[in-house]
Amino acid sequence: MEDFTPISGLVGGLLLGSATVLLLWLNGRLAGISGIVGGILTPKSGDAGWRMLFVVGILLGSFVCTMVAGGRDLVQVQTSIPVLVGAGLLVGFGTRLGSGCTSGHGLCGLSRLSRRSVAATLVFFGVAMLTVFLVRHVL
Amino acid sequence: MMKMLVALFTGTLFGVGLSVSGMVNPAKILGFLDVAGDWDPTLVFVMGGALLVTGPVIPVILRQPRPLLAVKFDLPTRKTLDTRLLGGAALFGVGWGLSGFCPGPAVAALVPALIGGLPAVFVFTGSMVAGMFLHGRLTGRPARNAPRRTPAAPPASSEAHT
Repeated sequence: MEDFTPISGLVGGLLLGSATVLLLWLNGRLAGISGIVGGILTPKSGDAGWRMLFVVGILLGSFVCTMVAGGRDLVQVQTSIPVLVGAGLLVGFGTRLGSGCTSGHGLCGLSRLSRRSVAATLVFFGVAMLTVFLVRHVL
Repeated sequence: MMKMLVALFTGTLFGVGLSVSGMVNPAKILGFLDVAGDWDPTLVFVMGGALLVTGPVIPVILRQPRPLLAVKFDLPTRKTLDTRLLGGAALFGVGWGLSGFCPGPAVAALVPALIGGLPAVFVFTGSMVAGMFLHGRLTGRPARNAPRRTPAAPPASSEAHT
């Protein structure tokens, strides 16, 4: 557990929660990232602008943190390129088919006590843990 | 105009949260998902910290008649557990477990990847967007977690009422 970082995790989580709450309180929108990004690809009229600005915001926030951190070792990718392609397709397709991801179902949905989101969250956490188990300890 | 600024600001806050929490790093996510290995429970604290805010506050917000800057709350309307929901979540789970990336971090990680020269992140995020696009093309409808007035749910989906 040498990588365990509970304090920065908690602080980051509080920030994620605050962003989610503000977007809903002010704009009436749920901060589900797969929905926000996917909505840019299939926009309804006048609906793409705020989505793009939210994504620009994510990049901006990440930029500030990268600069502060000096840019080293923030991201470590251990997966081969062909697997990344397949995984990316699955994540993109799956989150759209399932109407949400870790943010939409995991944060917003659980907080609304949505039955669909509770079920989806249990499924994707369970399947992801099983996948990692198979890849790292069985195959 | 104000709504646009809110979107930019909350997006920025979200991006900072993803970075500070370490969730932009897929190695860290995989460390959490690997319960049988050298387990890193950080994600519990990230989700916990976020739910500490959203859990009590979102129900209060939703009891308001409307959001501060918009006409109405834009919420999902579907209630039933159907195969699309569970199948989609399962496909996402496989991809998440293989890569350690979910959509938010996959966007945020583009910046350190660009600065640090990590093309692998662009491969993942590009594939993810392609997968979303593919879904839009195959279904011919903008499926989303945002609300739909007339859900195009297949008749079979009404069977699950647990």
